[in-house]
Amino acid sequence: MSSVIDAISGRYAWLIVVALLGIGLWAALTERHLIKKLVGLSIFQTAIFLFYIEGSVRTGGEVPVIDPALGSDPEAYVNPLPHVLMLTGLVVAVAVLGVALALAVVIQRSFGTLDDEELSAEADQP
Amino acid sequence: MITESTSLLPPLLPAGMLAAAIVAAAIGSRWPGAARWLAVAATLAGTIACAIGLSQVIGGQTLVAALGGWAQPLGIAQRFDALSGFIATLVCFIGLLVVLYPPGIGFQTPPDRRLPVHALVLLLLAGLLGVAMAADLFNLFVFLEIYSIAAYSLIALGGPLGAVAAFRYLVIGTIGSGLYLLGVGFVYFTTGTLSMADASDKLGTVGPTATVTTAVVLMVVGLATKMALFPLHVWLPDAHSHAPPAAAALLASVQVKVAAYAIVRIVFDVVPDDVLAAFPLLAIITWAGVGGVLFGSVMAIRQTDFKRMLAFSTVAQLGYIGIGIGLDTPLALVGALLLVLNHAFMKGTMFFVAGNVYEATGRKTIAAFAGLGRRMPWTMTGFTIAAASMIGLPPTAGFFSKFYLVLGAAEAGDTGTPWSWVVAIVVAASSILTLTYFVPVLEAIWFKPDPDGEDAPTREVRSLAVLPVAVLAVGLLVIGLLNVSIVNDLLNPIAVSISGTRG
Repeated sequence: MSSVIDAISGRYAWLIVVALLGIGLWAALTERHLIKKLVGLSIFQTAIFLFYIEGSVRTGGEVPVIDPALGSDPEAYVNPLPHVLMLTGLVVAVAVLGVALALAVVIQRSFGTLDDEELSAEADQP
Repeated sequence: MITESTSLLPPLLPAGMLAAAIVAAAIGSRWPGAARWLAVAATLAGTIACAIGLSQVIGGQTLVAALGGWAQPLGIAQRFDALSGFIATLVCFIGLLVVLYPPGIGFQTPPDRRLPVHALVLLLLAGLLGVAMAADLFNLFVFLEIYSIAAYSLIALGGPLGAVAAFRYLVIGTIGSGLYLLGVGFVYFTTGTLSMADASDKLGTVGPTATVTTAVVLMVVGLATKMALFPLHVWLPDAHSHAPPAAAALLASVQVKVAAYAIVRIVFDVVPDDVLAAFPLLAIITWAGVGGVLFGSVMAIRQTDFKRMLAFSTVAQLGYIGIGIGLDTPLALVGALLLVLNHAFMKGTMFFVAGNVYEATGRKTIAAFAGLGRRMPWTMTGFTIAAASMIGLPPTAGFFSKFYLVLGAAEAGDTGTPWSWVVAIVVAASSILTLTYFVPVLEAIWFKPDPDGEDAPTREVRSLAVLPVAVLAVGLLVIGLLNVSIVNDLLNPIAVSISGTRG
């Protein structure tokens, strides 16, 4: 029993990432309201960012600016690269979300609804 | 022997296209005409630069640029070899025809002339060129998203239903690139590198662990979503049928092919052999391709709207490309690469034809094409050549790509791939399905009476709108006639280098 607790407590960050990925994917694919789909999409993307950030953590690691007291030992610092990658990832995600919200505005103005099934019914009309 | 030499071409091509996109966006609202000619100049320069670069690397050379002076694996590199050069030249050339095509054709209500249409096309091309030349896993993701954002916006120009299709594509496309990014994360945390070449070496020493296999599956599933490989194609029919015709021509001709190219890069350049041997990834891609060919063809037969039929036909054609990648023999890869080229020309022609017909007559359904052969002889001759190629009639280009795919399936059967004879039969027999959905169109065009009466005036569209159709249709005949030299001098070395670097 204690081994199960150890396994979970050592990996709880990964479990949270997996849970968020699942929640986001589920919402993005199954929600009927387009804005709720976008919320799901954002949760999904955030889970990926957390995955990278979690991977960069080193126990006892310092801010990755070389400190004379610690020297140039890479193990003494948190890995900075995933943070930089995710900065780019965030920019990409914001840009995609911006386009998505603009599309949602166009859809609302044209059809007066943001319900996915009502939009499908509209599309089937000649 | 592969030699590398330093060149600024690989970063400058996407960067130049991006710069042109920014300038076009800045001037486009006031001078749309100037933005258009800037786009023509940029794509023409890109086509010439890619063709010159391709002629230099055809002997197995690679042009590499280390950005900021940091060589790989520490820095980010852009790479231009024969495969990237082939894709990049095709991207620029189709881009040139798309920007030459008169803007505003094929719309119910033409979009506001101040919208940055040309800037979006240039942004899309910049992203596609960036993917074609990326030698870095994360850079590939960034360029993937750049072209996707441009694609969502271009599809939304097709009216309110286009916006709905673009939104649904955006949700699925973003999930796809998210899965790819997740896979890249697994690779990075396993190997500590993002360089494709370095990651390949290090994954080779790690071997087929569960982490590595998960990483590969995530990356390939993500890219297959972008490529619209069956059964991940769900976004494509709506997106391509509601997009403006010129945008649809660009998306169907080159955008989905670039995602297919990314799969080839990942599977053959990054994933080590023992991982491919431990997990039936290639077999899954093959059978997904077979499913796509059958599903896409059957759905295309059931359509009444011309552009929607073309979109489902794209799903089928992407299935052939999947089969070529999955069989992983030199001949099958030649077939897939030749189909990338042919399909760009065939589907490009057909979407331009759809635009011309809508512009001249306002007709959209297949039945309404009746009598157009007499009224729009040039456009319809172009369509007929493209349809013959799609069905696979010699001497058009389409015959040869299917021919090589069947040979590739036979070759795979010789080297012990199970059930590859079924693949060969599906490829050969699917010509009948293709025939089934193109014959009604051809019959309507040439043999059915025009609903507007027999003496309705000839209404060919502007010559600038016929030009891309003519160029592509003639190109299909040229590719067909020159296919031996194209295959021997260009595609076969590429295919051998792809599958020759392995086991």
